[in-house]
This record gives sequence, structure tokens and C-alpha cells, in this order.
Amino acid sequence: MTLEVRGIAKRFGALEVLKGIDLRVEQGDVVAILGPSGSGKTTLLRCINFLEQADAGALIFDGESFELSHMSRKDILRLRKKTAFVFQNYNLFLNKTALENVTEGLITARRMPKAEAVEKAERALERVGMLDRKDHYPSQLSGGQQQRVAIARALATDPEIIYFDEPTSALDPELIGEVLAVMRRLAEEGMTMLVVTHEMNFARNVSTKVIFMEDGVVLEAGPAKEFFANPREERTRAFLRTIHGEER
Amino acid sequence: MNARIVEILIDSFPKILIPGLVRTIPLTAISFSLAMVLAVAVALVQFANVGGLKQLCRLYIWVIRGTPLLVQLFVVFFGLPHVGVVIDPFPAAIAVFSINEGAYAAEIIRAALESVPRGQMEAGYCVGMSYLQIIRRIILPQAMRTAFPSLANSLIAMVKDTSLASVVTVAEMMMATKQLNALYYEPLALYLEVAFIYLMFCTVLTRVQSWGEKKLSSYERKGTV
Repeated sequence: MTLEVRGIAKRFGALEVLKGIDLRVEQGDVVAILGPSGSGKTTLLRCINFLEQADAGALIFDGESFELSHMSRKDILRLRKKTAFVFQNYNLFLNKTALENVTEGLITARRMPKAEAVEKAERALERVGMLDRKDHYPSQLSGGQQQRVAIARALATDPEIIYFDEPTSALDPELIGEVLAVMRRLAEEGMTMLVVTHEMNFARNVSTKVIFMEDGVVLEAGPAKEFFANPREERTRAFLRTIHGEER
Repeated sequence: MNARIVEILIDSFPKILIPGLVRTIPLTAISFSLAMVLAVAVALVQFANVGGLKQLCRLYIWVIRGTPLLVQLFVVFFGLPHVGVVIDPFPAAIAVFSINEGAYAAEIIRAALESVPRGQMEAGYCVGMSYLQIIRRIILPQAMRTAFPSLANSLIAMVKDTSLASVVTVAEMMMATKQLNALYYEPLALYLEVAFIYLMFCTVLTRVQSWGEKKLSSYERKGTV
């Protein structure tokens, strides 16, 4: 699996949110997208999964190239079946139980027989430690539990890559750990992940690459270790100092 | 209360109740079912922003909500025969009630569709579902849950509105009561009697509504975490 994005641009009215972003994700990479609020991180992720339509740019998925500004509905549907998305506010289907949340995409979108889908969903729920809550509705689960079900829903479809949009930002501090632990385990198992996050520890310890964005451009990108040990840009150093200040 | 009135009331009771069972209830049930089909279709066209059709739906809702139900009944029952379109009273009443209710219910359902969080649609897309699959399996069930109390309210209102059909010669409860009153001339007792039967019908529906709300809200139940 390789994902490459070239020259992605997006504006909302007069506001230019993305000003030509390039990025590349290889099989097994865990790429953390960092940057201050309003830098365009979330919009970038949403454009890559077509939740927003980019104004310009190309997406190359497994060697197949697509023009982001005019994708066909068929291509969008096909590519989405190879990827999965974890939202900041979970977005579990509110009228479905945890188990049904996971089976829905398998049965409805992939036409998998129900028994097979249930078996697969139960395995996915087991991986995130939520099997014992499989018959609970989202309203009966804590934020951290909902997010773990959302990760199971993503895993069950055997995606080639999972996009995470600030998966812990909506969680109470005491619930963040359980979600990060699940993500760390996935990373160790070799899952390819593209993660917009404010969790510096996750970026430093788990991710393989870091992309630092500000004002719609990539200021610095590189291997995580190098990025944290020896940031090249002054702006990056300033950002890291602020974060470290907060951590203390 | 004198013995004559009691006797009239007892004698009239089945004569009002039976038209209620064979006319008022079927008229309400059939009209409301057709109205639901119409309303869901009209609401979805607007929700999905289908060009052209959407304007047609707005026009329909505007005209129906802007004119009295009684006038609509008169147009269909007395007006249309004037240009050669003759419809029997019962089907004419069904047509008017369902078209009328469809417009109001469409607005209730449209509002309910729009109240479903945007993220539900996006989550559906991200697990690979198509627009129609998401509408059918995720958005519409949640919207119908939201719309349920308002729709039940409309149904209860419709039971009573069917009394208007008596003026276009549908032999429902109100018509039966009017005829009994012509016979006995006991307006207070007889109209209170029919009012009581309407109240009983609506009481049953109110119970059904609470039961239905409980049933439907299972996924909103706050349980132990």
C-alpha cells in the first residue's frame, strides 16, 4: 500500500485552508500530522477521504492516480472501501448497537453474509477490548468506549490505511489512555495509519513520520525521531517549546 | 337525566360507534398511511435537494398548508364533478385527507431528517455505504424516531378532522350523530355522546403513542457504563 498526495489545495470562500500540500505514506507507516489549530490538518484528512472536495491536487493510491477536484462517485466509493476513518467525535451510528455499528459496513456496503460479518465484527471488538459491550448502544457507552468501537468498525473492513482525525480530542483526560493504547497496539501490528493529533507523546513514541503544518502548508516533514530531536525550522522549534511548556 | 334521554343514548350508542368502526377508523387509517408514504417521499426529495422536484414539493406544501381542509374537501367533492370528475365520497375524502396530511407530515419528517447529526452521514460514507443505503439504514430510522411524537399528534388530530367528511356525505360518526339528532332532537346529549366516543378513540391512540415512544427509544436509553 502506498498513498501519495500532491499539491492538494482547498479554500472555503476567501479563506485558503490548504495551499498545496504533498505527502507520502508507505505500507506500515504511522504518520502524525501536527500543527496549531486552524493549520488545515483536519481539512487535509477530510479531502484525502473525499468528505470535502479539494479544489486541486492529485491522489495516488497504490499507483493509481486520481484528480481530486473531479472524482467520479464510483471511484470515491471504491477507494473508501479500501480505507477507514476514525472521527474526533466517534460518529457511531446512534440507532445501532456496538456490534451492528461494526457489521453495518460489512453487510450493507460489502454484501458479506451476516454470520461471517458478525464473526468478523466480534474479532474486531475483541481487539479493542469492547466485546463484552457489543449489545450496548452508543448512548450507553463512555466516550473512550465509543471511540474504541469506532476503531473496531474501522478495523473490521480490513482497510489498507486508517485515517484518524484527532481521535482523542473530544475525550475526558482519563479516557484518552485507553484509546491511545489501542492505537499503539495497531501501530505495533503494522497497521498503516495517518493520524491528525495533538498527542505529542503518541507522535514521538509511536509514529514513524511527522508532518508539521501551519497556515495550510507543510513547514517540516521527516522521520519522527529526527523531527523531535533536531527540528530544522525555527517555527517548529517554537511550536515544540510551547507544547513542552504545557506538558510541564 | 330523565329516562327518555338515557334510552336515546343507549339506543344511539351502537348507531354512532359502528359508523366509527367501519368509516371513521378506516378513513383515518388509510388516509394516514397514504399520507406517510407521500410525506416521506416529499421530505426525502427536499432533504436530498433533488433539483426541480424540490420546487414542486415546496409548491405542494405551500398550497395545501395555505388553504382550509374544508375548502379542499369542497373543491374535490363539489368542484370536480362540475368539470366532469366524479369521485365517490369515501375515496374523495381519503384523497383529500391524505394529500392534506402529507404536506404537514412532510415538514415534520424533513425537520427530523435535518436534525440527524451530519457525522452520521459521513460515518456511513467512510464505511463504504452509498447515499441511499445511508438514508435507508441510518438517517431515516433516526429521523422517524424524532418525528414519531409529532406524527402521533397529527394522527390523533386526524381522527377528529375526519368529522369534516360528514359535510361531503361520508356516513361516518358525525354524520350518524347528525341523523340521530334529526330524529330525536337531543343535540346536547347526542353531541356529547359522539364527543365521548372520539375521546375514547384518541385515548387508545395516546396509549399506543406512549408505548411506541418507549419501544423506539431503546437506543437512547441511558444505561450503566
